[in-house]
Amino acid sequence: MWNYIGRRILATIPVLLIVAVLVFLMLRLTPGDPAAVIAGDAATTQDVAEIRARLGLDRPMVTQFFIWIGRGLQGDFGESFFYKKTVASLIADRIEPTLALATLTILLATLVAVPLGTLAAYRQGSWIDRIVMGISVMGFSVPVFVIGYVLIYVFALQLGWFPVQGYQRLAEGIGGFLHRLILPSITLAVVFVALLARMTRTSVLEVLNEDYVRTARAKGLPNLKVLVFHALRNAAVPIVTVIGIGIAVLIGGVVVTESVYNIPGLGRLTVDAVLARDYPTVQAVILLFSFAYVLINLAIDLMYTVLDPRIRY
Amino acid sequence: MTVSSLLKRTAAAAMFAAAMLALSPLQAQQNTLKVVMHSDLKIVDPIWTTAYITRNHGYLIYDTLFAMDAKGDIQPQMVGKYGVSADKLIWTFTLRDGLMFHDDKPVTTEDVIASLKRWGAKDSLGQKLMSFVMEMKAVDAKTFTIALNSPTGLMLLALGKPSSNVPFIMPKRIADTSPNEQIKEYVGSGPFVFKVDEWKPGEKAVYLKFAKYRARSEPASGLAGGKVAKVDRVEWRWIPDAQTAVNALVAGEIDMVEDPLNDLLPALKKNPDVKLFNGNPLGNQYAFRFNVLHKPFDNAKIRQALFYAFNQEDFLKAVHGEKEFYEICKALFPCGTPLSSTRGMEDKFESNFRKARELLQEAGYDGTPVVLMHSTDLTVLTNLAPVAKSLMERAGFKVDMQSMDWQSLVARRSKKDLPGAGGWNAFITSWVSADVLNPVGTAFLNAGCDKALFGWPCDEQMEKLRDAFARETDAGKQKAIAEQVQQRLIEYPTHVPLGQWKKPQVLRKNIDGNVVAPVTVFWNVTKK
Repeated sequence: MWNYIGRRILATIPVLLIVAVLVFLMLRLTPGDPAAVIAGDAATTQDVAEIRARLGLDRPMVTQFFIWIGRGLQGDFGESFFYKKTVASLIADRIEPTLALATLTILLATLVAVPLGTLAAYRQGSWIDRIVMGISVMGFSVPVFVIGYVLIYVFALQLGWFPVQGYQRLAEGIGGFLHRLILPSITLAVVFVALLARMTRTSVLEVLNEDYVRTARAKGLPNLKVLVFHALRNAAVPIVTVIGIGIAVLIGGVVVTESVYNIPGLGRLTVDAVLARDYPTVQAVILLFSFAYVLINLAIDLMYTVLDPRIRY
Repeated sequence: MTVSSLLKRTAAAAMFAAAMLALSPLQAQQNTLKVVMHSDLKIVDPIWTTAYITRNHGYLIYDTLFAMDAKGDIQPQMVGKYGVSADKLIWTFTLRDGLMFHDDKPVTTEDVIASLKRWGAKDSLGQKLMSFVMEMKAVDAKTFTIALNSPTGLMLLALGKPSSNVPFIMPKRIADTSPNEQIKEYVGSGPFVFKVDEWKPGEKAVYLKFAKYRARSEPASGLAGGKVAKVDRVEWRWIPDAQTAVNALVAGEIDMVEDPLNDLLPALKKNPDVKLFNGNPLGNQYAFRFNVLHKPFDNAKIRQALFYAFNQEDFLKAVHGEKEFYEICKALFPCGTPLSSTRGMEDKFESNFRKARELLQEAGYDGTPVVLMHSTDLTVLTNLAPVAKSLMERAGFKVDMQSMDWQSLVARRSKKDLPGAGGWNAFITSWVSADVLNPVGTAFLNAGCDKALFGWPCDEQMEKLRDAFARETDAGKQKAIAEQVQQRLIEYPTHVPLGQWKKPQVLRKNIDGNVVAPVTVFWNVTKK
């Protein structure tokens, strides 16, 4: 097992290298010039050229790349072109909101979707099954920002139960922290509930007709125990896969929800940095996401061994 | 599980939730003004960048020697008394008593001179002023002189410049930073202190009232007068989604939105808890900018045709809709400002396509397409290029409108390449009216060829007129020169002014005292 983990972590290196090259090239080959943005409207061509030189953007691309990689290997991802803060500190400021939103969303989605999907499978063809699948389709179909605005209108503006926007850090009080995360988490969870419920239903349906489930029933076990400990446990692998993909997507930043609810997460940081052509920030954030995806995939693969003892690496 | 045990568990959960909410620390909201500005604060050096958000930040924490009042007159601010010698070559300024920086050090003339030098190296109006300056000398800690090589009418205009780059005064140790590098400390002598430790880019910027600020005794007027901070704390909250910002305002989570979307204004007008405030009656001016390096706009007569092809109302209506938010102003300098005049513009901006086609024929226009850059992500600009394309085509131009985001446009406009090879012929932008008040301050009028802004107009006569304006000290003669500049603009168009527009701010009804000024400022504002 440890060999497997070691091999997977080593395999991260070429992946990150390829991502680094691609993101570096894409930024520099797309239209836009951070020096011109920084210089402002009344700047002359000479002003822009001076800023380019100071930012090192006048050097050959290969030189810029190796300078960046060299510093990156020492943990220095540079300074934002705009904020004059280190990229590391910018990311550190944004990690908590993103992780908080991702965690709460996945928890909500899992706690709602898995029982619903299991119930739908158990009552296949019934009105419960149809309602769950109907809600699922709606969850896919309605854009996230529409869900967000509707929830804000009803629960924040009309009922006043929740704030319209904003994020409160955990250190400033857990109550306010959770209070502000509820609506955005529900907004995002709708889509994941839709996806997860369908996946759960399909997976559970596949195992419900298996011999071991019939045996468990024949032995007189209660239905709940059969569903949870026998059917669901054996259907868990694809469900966990989808949960893992969901976590990866959420950590990658859900820009629309972050914008609608004004949550200063990594998604907005990335979009703002791309629009401003803040190369160091975009490069570092994309690398971080890639690393996170690799780790999450590894965690999911390891989880399989827990859920299914037959799987060994 | 029984129903009763389920109910007990639910009640316990609800009590737990209530306890958790009760553990949220109480926010002191009484005297904190929460504002959503038009942009996130990224760069905090108002000399290094011309970005308006940084300028607005500057007005919170810095002060200026002079400032423009509500009537457009330049008034002393940090300066207590001043005078000029009979030959108009030596200006003497004395600072007011008690001016302090936020680090408790007094403001001295050394700080002032260093700040003016840094600003003068960077700002175009400052550069022009400095071309007249032989020496800036500190007489003592409060008095300094500026010796000129020849008289100029620019002194007070420049020192009281309202918009980017504003000649903010900083401590010498900070002002000694090269103008090509950003400052690393943010200490000023203005009415508010920047709380650097609470600044979270992309999220919020925080300012606290500076208790030791010495406000002038006059009432606040424009950017001049008494800058009395009447709230303890100002928080700039960055909310990128316009609808969310307005929802937050309606819900009372935010006190003010500086730049609401036009589409949301009708609904906001009907809301009983908010009010609209027109903080900047002079508003902003749209400008159609040419690139004179390449065909067809290398030909002045072809450029002149646009004065006849365009009408301002189509542009203004396409973006702002209602008449109360725009003003047709057939003048180079914004209507309502001292140098504004419509002389020579009477027959312009009437969409006289016949006249435009005549000019194109006389000029020998050969159908070369005009590469018109169209920015798509700034709501105040997005609808303009399609209007321009339509009017130009009706006048006989061939137009190749190319859409891109604003940052791409900014990068491309600095290129001198052929339009078909990554260059450009034209684009439309907007200036705050305070930026375009006179021939020297209006950046687009700079016709110094390679020294000019993107577009690179090259006209000796225009430069002579601008220089004459800079040398003229009589207000009446300055106005006459300004009119000559306007006439020259018609003959040698560097850009086409496309009218004025204004956008009200939206405030909660308990907010009062907002100052009418070309820049959003926060002194004098109260929150009940």
